[in-house]
Amino acid sequence: MITLELPSITAEQPNVLSDAPQWFADAQKAAWQAYLDTPAPARTDEGWRFGDRKQADFSEFISAAFAESGDVDVEIDGLEETAGQFIFANDSLVHAEADLPEGVICLPLEDALQQHSDLVKKYFMKEESKLGSAKFAALHKANVSSGLFVYVPKNIEIAKPIEVYHILAGDNTAIFPHTLIITEDNAKVTVVDYFKSATPESLGLSIAVNDLVAGPSSKLNYVAIQDLNLSSKMVQLNNTTVAKDANAKGFIVNVGGSWVRNEAISQLNGAGCNSDMLSLNIPTGTQEYDQRTFQHHAASHAFSDLLYKNTLFGKGKTTFSGIIAVDEGAHFTDAYQTCRNLMMEDTTEAHSMPGLQINADQVKCSHGSTSAAISDEEIFYLQARGIHPKKARQLIARGFSVEVVERLENEALEELVLSYVDAKFATVA
Amino acid sequence: MDIKDINSTPEVYEIDQETQDAITIDRAKGDFRFPEKHKFDAGYGLNADTIDYISNVKKEKDWIREFRYKALDVFESKPMPTNWATDDLNNIDFDAIRYYLSDGERPKRSWDDVPEDVKETFERLGIPEQERAFLAGVEAQFDSEAAYSNVKEDLEKQGVIFVNSTEGLREHEEIFRPFFGKVIPTGDNKFSALNSAVFSGGSFIYIPKGVKLKQPLQAYFRINSENFGQFERTLIIADEGSEVMYMEGCTAPQFETSTLHSAVVELVALKGAKIQYVTVQNWSSNVFNLVTKRGLAHEDAEIRWIDCNIGSRLTMKYPGVVMKGEGARGEVISIALANNGQEQDTGAKMIHAADNTTSNVVSKSISVGEGVSTYRGQVHIPKHLKGCKNNTECDALLINSNSRTDTYPAITVRGNQHVTQHEASVSQVSEEMLFYMQQRGIDEGAAMSLAVNGFINDLVREFPMEYSVELKRLIDLEMEGSVG
Repeated sequence: MITLELPSITAEQPNVLSDAPQWFADAQKAAWQAYLDTPAPARTDEGWRFGDRKQADFSEFISAAFAESGDVDVEIDGLEETAGQFIFANDSLVHAEADLPEGVICLPLEDALQQHSDLVKKYFMKEESKLGSAKFAALHKANVSSGLFVYVPKNIEIAKPIEVYHILAGDNTAIFPHTLIITEDNAKVTVVDYFKSATPESLGLSIAVNDLVAGPSSKLNYVAIQDLNLSSKMVQLNNTTVAKDANAKGFIVNVGGSWVRNEAISQLNGAGCNSDMLSLNIPTGTQEYDQRTFQHHAASHAFSDLLYKNTLFGKGKTTFSGIIAVDEGAHFTDAYQTCRNLMMEDTTEAHSMPGLQINADQVKCSHGSTSAAISDEEIFYLQARGIHPKKARQLIARGFSVEVVERLENEALEELVLSYVDAKFATVA
Repeated sequence: MDIKDINSTPEVYEIDQETQDAITIDRAKGDFRFPEKHKFDAGYGLNADTIDYISNVKKEKDWIREFRYKALDVFESKPMPTNWATDDLNNIDFDAIRYYLSDGERPKRSWDDVPEDVKETFERLGIPEQERAFLAGVEAQFDSEAAYSNVKEDLEKQGVIFVNSTEGLREHEEIFRPFFGKVIPTGDNKFSALNSAVFSGGSFIYIPKGVKLKQPLQAYFRINSENFGQFERTLIIADEGSEVMYMEGCTAPQFETSTLHSAVVELVALKGAKIQYVTVQNWSSNVFNLVTKRGLAHEDAEIRWIDCNIGSRLTMKYPGVVMKGEGARGEVISIALANNGQEQDTGAKMIHAADNTTSNVVSKSISVGEGVSTYRGQVHIPKHLKGCKNNTECDALLINSNSRTDTYPAITVRGNQHVTQHEASVSQVSEEMLFYMQQRGIDEGAAMSLAVNGFINDLVREFPMEYSVELKRLIDLEMEGSVG
């Protein structure tokens, strides 16, 4: 049901948060103008090569903030132990509980804007979106009304993860989830974002931004689980900046959605820092996942490692485009990039564009990309041990995924991600 | 004889006189020119009149003239591909280029009949000598037209055709026309359209069924005139079960203004045929070298591009193979060396259009000083096929701290019955390696040369013997003075 009176998100400047600070209102106004001024992705845009530009037409969506969301009822079955749990339904906070060390700021964005305006201003969408979706980053900025702001001060470690649910409800509604995480020196935090639909069929859109700012020697772990219904679209834009000796780990799981575009940028700004960029994607039916990544080595002696694995079924389609960019002077860089496609059926399609831009010597950089099916020998080997071929294929596909999951190095998180992987495999078994 | 030698070898290292002499002579080898004496000059700039001029001089049939007109429209309508390629392309001034220059003579069958200055040009480049030594046929192009063209008599008796494009389309239309412009359509890209509009010279080759050439055919392309664009067109058809190796070399003197070279090379390997195409590109460092090369491999046929780019200001070249028949094979072996002020933007395109086709790409690039080397690749395996395999490896070596290398592969796979793998790495010559060699009495420059030659050694072996020796020498020269 389309509520005709409500304006499309692409047609009218949204209402800004009524009581937000002036700088924020100004930023949203400027963002709307930037959205209007930025051309839509064109055929010749390298950032949209092999991408499905038709999917990036969002004129049929209305902002969920104005939509009637009714009673949102979604089963929440995440981690057993958490340091906090926040549930947003159509960009409104519906549930919050947290048990956090003193000094930690963990608030919905609208509250953080009231109480810590300067701190939010310092970090809010500071990095440029350069992988093709600048227009949608501007649309997000103009529309964002909620999300989670996490600030962990010096030397504070939060052991258990913080869970954030973003629930999308109603027909033709769009949400703009925002996650901003900052860790100061030696701090540590883990945040898990879930993106879910309230109903299995309604057509929804989520244009999400998550910005991760890892201060010196801090540890920042972020997991995004995209489990929207099979009619919904998602654009997720990530910017991670990593300071000296810090460790940032980003993990994206895509099992839901009809079309998903991920853009992830890791900027390595200090010696000894480390960025892990991980992703697991299991498209089935006609699902399309379009992922663009950028590992930007601005400082010497930094380490980054990207591993994206796709297991494709049905008419599933994946596009991966990655760049490792090493700035002039960023010597002793260690940067790796691997994209692997496991083609489970003859109707699947995978595009890989693993790229390197190296402007300094004394670096170790490599990228690899493979696309292949499970070989008959592997199936035969398992069959010889009494395992049915169908079961054998499932086992191998699961094993293929586990290699990425293990990189989380946290049992509870690994289990959580695997539960989504197994649930997805069960739908195609 | 009025020969202008321009020699500007920078002195960086203390090298003994003997080495110095060798370098000096060699580096200047291509850097000389003769005064221009053209009977036909299409003038500067490009429009329909230019095409009429070229077509009239060549007394071409109407269909070729039409082909050129159409290509001119396509060229003018296409934008520069600067959305993905370097902005340096915008520095090409198409109005400051002369598109056709020739002395109006037919290619000679004997070196004795070639005009003195042209003959001297090619003698200095060592072409007649090479022909006697190891070639089955030679064509030598001077600006727009071939000055010399000869193929060994017994091959001619077997039906081998080796002529320039004008003659090929005029005398052997029934053989060449069905394939002309079919592997690379006019609209493939802006520069293939440009070539289609103003092409002149190049080699049209036909190898009859079952004929296997033991010795290579060679073409040598020479730009002698300033502000001149060379647009040769090559079409090689290897009939069923035949085999041929074709080699091309190119040089130009160092002019003050930049020059454009834009060739189109089409290869057709019919069932079971094998074509190897070897290029050693050593244009002077102000030539824009924008070349489209593609081969069509039928059932069980094999096409190999063996490509080495050392010269030019900007090279953009992505040799491709369309594997159209079952069991076809495609291969690109590529070496690129980018020195200061150079950009080597090279790569490969592998289009798998039939079952059980295999392709292999091995690319090695070396960036020296502020040189930029780029690998761009495309591997395409469309639906409904099975058993396609691709292997791609690209390795880059950075010599100096401000050298640059980029890698942009694109791999499309549809279906679950294929195997593709792509790997790339970037490395440098390690201090330890140099130190180790210096300890054994090898000076730093020589140690660097040894290391670089080691890096590309396995690819150099793919070139014919005479070329691989030359190649090693060229790379040694380019590497001189690069350490530090």
